[in-house]
Order: sequence, then structure tokens, then C-alpha cells
Amino acid sequence: MFRILHDTKIDFIRLWKITTVVTLAFTIPGLIWIAVSNYKYSIEFTGGTLMDVRFSKTPDAGDLRSTLDRAGVHGAEIVQFGASSEFLIRAQDAGEVAQQAHGANAVAQVIEAALTKQYGPGSYSVRSADTVGPKVGGELRQKAFYAILVSFLVTLIYLWYRFEWRFGVAAVIATAHDILGTLAFIKYAHLEISLIVVGGVLTMIGYSLNDTIIIFDRVREDLRKKRKETLYDTVNRAVNETLPRSVLTHTTTLGALIGLALLGGEVIRPFALVMLFGVITGTFSSIYVAPPILLWIEKKWPRAVGTKGGVGPRNVRSAQQNTPRKDDTPVAANR
Amino acid sequence: MGNLRYRILSIVALVAVSIWALFPRTTTVRERNAQGVFHDTTFTRVPLKRGLDLQGGIHMSLEVDESKGVVANKSEAIDRALKVVRNRIDEFGVAEPVVQKVGNDRILVELPGVDDPERARQLVERSAFLQFQITDKTNALEKVLPRMDQIIRSKGIVAASPGSTGGKAASGGDTANAAISSLFSTDTNKAKAGTDTGATAKGKGAAADTSAAPDTGLLSGASNGPLSSKIQAGQMPGEFFVANADVPTVARYLDDPAVKAALPPGKTIHWGTPDEGEAANVTPFYVVDSKPIITGEYLTDAKPATDPLEGNIVQFTLSAEGGRRFRQETAKHINDYMAIVLDDRVMGRPPVIESAIGTRGQITMRGQPLQKTQDLALVLRAGALPVPLKVVESRQIDPSLGKDAIKDGIRAGILGVGLVVFIMVGYYRFSGMLAVAALALYVLFTLALLAGFEATLTLPGIAGFVLSVGIAVDANVLIFERIREELVSGKTVRAAIDEGFRHAMSAIIDSNVSTALTALVLFEIGTGPVKGFAVTLIAGIAASMVSAIFVVRTFYLLWLNRTRGAQTLSI
Repeated sequence: MFRILHDTKIDFIRLWKITTVVTLAFTIPGLIWIAVSNYKYSIEFTGGTLMDVRFSKTPDAGDLRSTLDRAGVHGAEIVQFGASSEFLIRAQDAGEVAQQAHGANAVAQVIEAALTKQYGPGSYSVRSADTVGPKVGGELRQKAFYAILVSFLVTLIYLWYRFEWRFGVAAVIATAHDILGTLAFIKYAHLEISLIVVGGVLTMIGYSLNDTIIIFDRVREDLRKKRKETLYDTVNRAVNETLPRSVLTHTTTLGALIGLALLGGEVIRPFALVMLFGVITGTFSSIYVAPPILLWIEKKWPRAVGTKGGVGPRNVRSAQQNTPRKDDTPVAANR
Repeated sequence: MGNLRYRILSIVALVAVSIWALFPRTTTVRERNAQGVFHDTTFTRVPLKRGLDLQGGIHMSLEVDESKGVVANKSEAIDRALKVVRNRIDEFGVAEPVVQKVGNDRILVELPGVDDPERARQLVERSAFLQFQITDKTNALEKVLPRMDQIIRSKGIVAASPGSTGGKAASGGDTANAAISSLFSTDTNKAKAGTDTGATAKGKGAAADTSAAPDTGLLSGASNGPLSSKIQAGQMPGEFFVANADVPTVARYLDDPAVKAALPPGKTIHWGTPDEGEAANVTPFYVVDSKPIITGEYLTDAKPATDPLEGNIVQFTLSAEGGRRFRQETAKHINDYMAIVLDDRVMGRPPVIESAIGTRGQITMRGQPLQKTQDLALVLRAGALPVPLKVVESRQIDPSLGKDAIKDGIRAGILGVGLVVFIMVGYYRFSGMLAVAALALYVLFTLALLAGFEATLTLPGIAGFVLSVGIAVDANVLIFERIREELVSGKTVRAAIDEGFRHAMSAIIDSNVSTALTALVLFEIGTGPVKGFAVTLIAGIAASMVSAIFVVRTFYLLWLNRTRGAQTLSI
């Protein structure tokens, strides 16, 4: 039997100070950046027009821009796909969105008319055209916001039902950490907030929670075995025991995601990137965020009267006698 | 043994049902070919519905357009509009279209394979409200022109800047393309052929005259007013001409509520179609009696045809009752001019009524292509929209883009799944192979679930599918790791397998439930492609529970049976 990371005894939790610094150093600047300059949103959320146009003869980008300007489509973003004859035209200005109030196609029609006039009919083909009126965009913004909120609440309720509150709170904080980290990542990676990216964040919430749940499940099980060790050691042991599983499972998921990120095409890539980061941060938080917080909560609000939970290696000896009693184990706290 | 037999039987049954669900099916679709003739296309394919992003097509969301008046009961209005839109799409002949009400106030239209968004939009958005109205004989506009000028001055309505798109008339809207120049000429009973074509010819002459000498025909006594200076009386009662350059300005004046209110009650103004002759630099508008003598609701049929003299035409037939009313009304209006108004626009020059007219008539298309003729006949036949609709969101995807997307998705899937298989077999060896074999069944089950629930496979759906393959083996990893631990602690192979499955269970259920919960939320909020993602993820989770737990366990039991008393397990 070929095994990796078998029977490891790494003291993961001891590293919590370093990892806290790492995660704060990653997340805080990202969040500040978001506060300073907001995300870029896709037209699904803002309203607007997005056209993918392929020309039979590659036009000059400047000429294309002035053609659109003349047609009254100002401030449109024009992106050329590499050196190909394919262009992405995005008209997302407030003015242009307002024009679409009485027909989402208004701006697309103007653009097509201008292109036909300048380059002649049949000289280009529209590969895709999305137009979103202002009302629909606003609705979707609201919906996406509620979706993230609701899925957070739903997982919260599930944890509440499944685990004792100390575990639940630690898992929720770890998940919140993952969400914030992912939000920062989206900013760093210059990804646009689109519905599919929101989908990635939601999937990520579920996935990152898995990890924490599996480690906590192990902690709960080990607690029932009434070993003579501190909670600190039990948690560390649980992380070590689940380590091969974590590594294996994440490698397979990462494998699938790498396939998607490399070959999945423009639509899928942002989603795959968000999920890739989500898998990484989910693993990180289930080892370095959830367990230390669990220990901290245990110390602050001990399970039984007169006991002290251990949170750092220094407490190990003093906390030796504080093995949780069987009737205090999380299962009993199932409500 | 009985247990094992039952397990194998269930798996065989599941596989059989899945294969049946995915078995290629023959479907017949009514489609319309380039010549506009319906024909049935039969094709055989796997019953997995592909989303628009994979096969190309047009997606539209429509809402009631309230810019022309508030609609009291939107939900009910949408229901009625839905029927008309559905009729039109059915008549249009698209394979597997979607026309459904979303929420209370929205219609979702999906037309797979259609690649002309403009045409599709007109097809569903055009009101197709046909009315026959008698042009005004009472000089209604002339009488109130000075007052209108005064209102415009005092309200300070500014002239439209050149090139402004403000005036509806200037845009030469879609409905203007068809011009009704002759009517009823093919009617066998009582219609007089030739009348209307004569009128058209005369009209063209008049238009050329007025534009050549712009000063003639100015309305007397008010030539300095902002409105009156821009319009000229035409040759038939109620007809007026505006130079094309002035159309946006005049349209803005006439759209003003105060100006509208100045018009005598019972009269309405409709713009006409710009003349298509060489001297087409004027656009007419008509003052007509608001009450139509008849509307398109009496229309029973409309079909495109080609007339040797007139070119493309739409022939229509009125119902018996409509014909009777029409005959009555036209008999009262002999020698009056009748405007044929489609969606508030007068089509062509109103012909003079020479005698009472019966049930059949025609609309000439003045050189418009056959396709437009077909579309006009179609919308007239399918009926008018009860409320105006507007597109609030649209998405058009070229089929070639969809093909690229499928190719990308499949390549990404092969790479992703390949990596998963490599890792599992490389690490777990024999057990890994069992897991991979189960994975093949997992793929089958998931696709069958998607086909069974008639879910739509979208591009994000493919991503969800690939991702769920990665997640699906998680359950196996949990189980295998557990079995390893049990083996290390000295249990026999059989006991270790039993214990491994038993202990891994709670973790597997937990993790799947948490993923499924978020996928459900995503399903609730998502539209189109993202909904497809959520559906595949949920189907994938359900299938993975069966394949990773039940199927792999059965494989183990089989293996244990064959190698009685196996001492070592390759894991």
C-alpha cells in the first residue's frame, strides 16, 4: 500500500500566528482596494450591451472606436481577441444603459447599423450579443446579494443542527474568512463580477465548508474515544488523520478545475479560477482558521464548569486533565 | 449472498434505466424552410437538451411596455400576450422553442438555432394592430394649428437637433417597411380594381410636386408658427407632408400632450410611410377619425403571395361578420379615403373608397423582400398583441460559438477527468480502479438524471459536471482512507471494508448536503446557463452518492466473494 502523509504528527495549530498574519496580509489590502475602487461588474448586473463581432477583414481598432463614437455610442470598451479579427464591444455607460430602458436592443441596433454603414453589409458577423435593460440588471444585483446571504444562512442553520455551537461558530468564521479571501482574490485577479463568478463563490462556500466539517467530524469522533489528551492535541490529531484525505481530494478537485481553467474557454475560466482559489483557501481555513478558533472558543467558554481549554502549546501541560467528559461531547448538544 | 444478488440486480436495473433514458430518440420537428413552406424534419439524437449557449439561438425577456400608458393588470395582460407570442412562434416554425411566463410580468422566449435577432424581435414585439380609419374631412388640424403654434411657443418645446432619434417617425420603424398601396383589388365582390393604384400614382406625383416647390401649399394664415411653417397640406383630406429633415421636430411637437389635447375630439394623427420614390424627401402624416371602421380582430387569414404587377403582397380575409360590418361601413363612406393603419402607422397612401367593400383584401409590399411579407402575414394571422411589449434582456449566440464552447468543454472535461483517473488509480491501485469504474457509472447516472428531468445542459453545466467528477471521488477517498486506517489497526480485510464504509458515512453525507444546499440556492436565483450549472451539480451529487457508496461497496463484496478469504487488499 502506497501512502503519502501517513501517520503525520505535524503541529499545525502552533502555526496559527504566522498563518493569521498571512491571511490578513492577503485579505485586508484586497478589501481596502475594493472599498477604494469597486469591482467591475458584468452587464448582467449593470445593464448594457456586449457584442462579440467577427470581421472578415480586421479593421483598425481606432477606426472601430471612432465609428461607434460617430454613431453616438460613447465610451464603449473595445477589446480585440489577440491579433484575430474578433472584437468584443462593451457599451456599459450609464447613458447607454438608460437608452435601453424601452427596449434592451436599442444600443445593439445602433452599433450594428454603424458597423454596416462603415464596413458594408456582410463584412462582419455577430457571434454573440447580450443586451440587458437597466431594470433586469438591478433585479439581478439584488438577487445575487440575497443568494450569497441565503446560502450563508442555510449553511449556518445546517451547522447549527449538525454540530454543537462551538464547532458551528468556528466553522462559520472559517467560511466567512473564505468568502472575504475570495472577494479579495477576485479583485487581485481583475475578474469581473458576473453571475457565473457569483456561482463560483456560492459553490466555493459549500466546498470549503466540507473540509471544515470533515475535520470537525473527526474531532468529534476522537473526543468520544476519551483519549487522555488535551483538546489541542485532539484537534491536531484530527487534522493529521484527515490529511491524506484532504490532499487526495483536493488534488482530484484541483485536477478537474485545472482542466477547466486551461481549456474551458472564456466563459468558464473565471468560474474555474474562483473555485481554484476557493479550494486552496478552503483547505487553508479548515486547518489554520477553524481549529484555532474552536480552541479559542473552548478556552473562552469551556465545556464544563471549572475546566480550561488549551489554545497554544504552552497550555498543553496545564490542560492535560481537561479531557472533555463523554456527556459533554458535541453529539449530546444536538438540538 | 441474497444481499449481493439484490445489490447487483439494483445496479443492473439502474444502468438499464439510465441507458433507456439516454437512448437516442427520433423526434419530428415542424420547421419552415427558406421558401417559407413548412416541412417535418425527423432526426435521431440523445435526448439531452442543449442550452442556447451550446447550440446557438436567441433568448429574450419581454415585459409590458408602459411608455404608452399604464397597464392595470400586468399579469393578466402578460397571459394574453403570451398566447399571441406563442402562436406567432409556432407559426414561425422553430424547433423546440421556449415561450413561458416568468414571475408575474415577464415572458421568456428562447428560439434555438435562430440567428437573426432583429427579425426575431419584430416577430414577438410587433403589436400587429390593424385598423381601418377614415381620413379627416373637416379640416380639423387646420382649425387648431394657430392654437398648437401658440402652445408650442409658450411651452418652449425645442426643436429636435438634426439626427436625433427622438422622433419615432424618423426612425422609419419596422412597421413602415410594408406599404399598403392597394387594397381589395383582388376582391371578387364589389371592390374596384385600379382605384387605389391610381391613388398611389397620384400621391407620388403630389409628393414630388410639394418637395420641388416647398413654398406652395403652406397652410394659410399661420405660416410663421413653429409647427405650421413645417407642414404642408397634401392632396387628400387629412393628409399633410413634412420635409424629412423636419420630421423629428414635428414628431416632438405632435407628441406633446398639450398639443395632442388641442386636436378636436375624435381625431387622431398617424404618421405615414416615407414615399419610396426618388424624390422621397417628405414624409406624410394623416389626421384620421379615431374610431376605426374595423380592426384586425376580424381577420381570419393572411397569406403572402406574389402578384405579377404588384410584387409581394399579403392577402387577407375577413370573417363573415367582419365582412358584413366592413361592407356597411364602407358603404357609408363612399368617396372618402381610408387609411390602413398598422401599429399606429398608415401603410401607403389611403385609397379612395369607390363602393362598398367585402371580405377580402390585400396589402402590397412595394418591393419588400419575401421574408418581410411572410412575417407580416404571420403576425396578422397570429393576432395582435393585447399590450405593447418591450425586450428587457436579450442574448444572441451564434451556433459556431456554441460549437466552440462544446469543444472547449469536452477538452477541459477530458483533461480534468483524466487527471482524476490518474490520481485515483495511481494512488489507490486496485481500489482506485473500482472507484474509476464506479465513476463511469456515475457519469451515466448523472446524464440520465439530466435527461430524465429534462434539464438543459449549458456551458456552465459542463463545468459543473467536470467539477462534480472531482467532488464525486471525494466520497471514495474518504472511504478508502478509512479502510486503510482500519487495516493498519489490524482488522481483517472484510471488517476493514465494513468499518470504512460505516465510519466515512457521516462525513460523506455532511459534505454532500452542504454542497447541495448552496447549489439549491443557486438554482433558485440563477437564470439560463447558471441554472444549468446548479442542476448538473445537484444531479451530480445525487449520482455520486449512489456510485461512490452503493456501487463501490458492491464491487468490494463481489471481489471478496470471488477471492474468498482475501488477506490483502490493494488500496
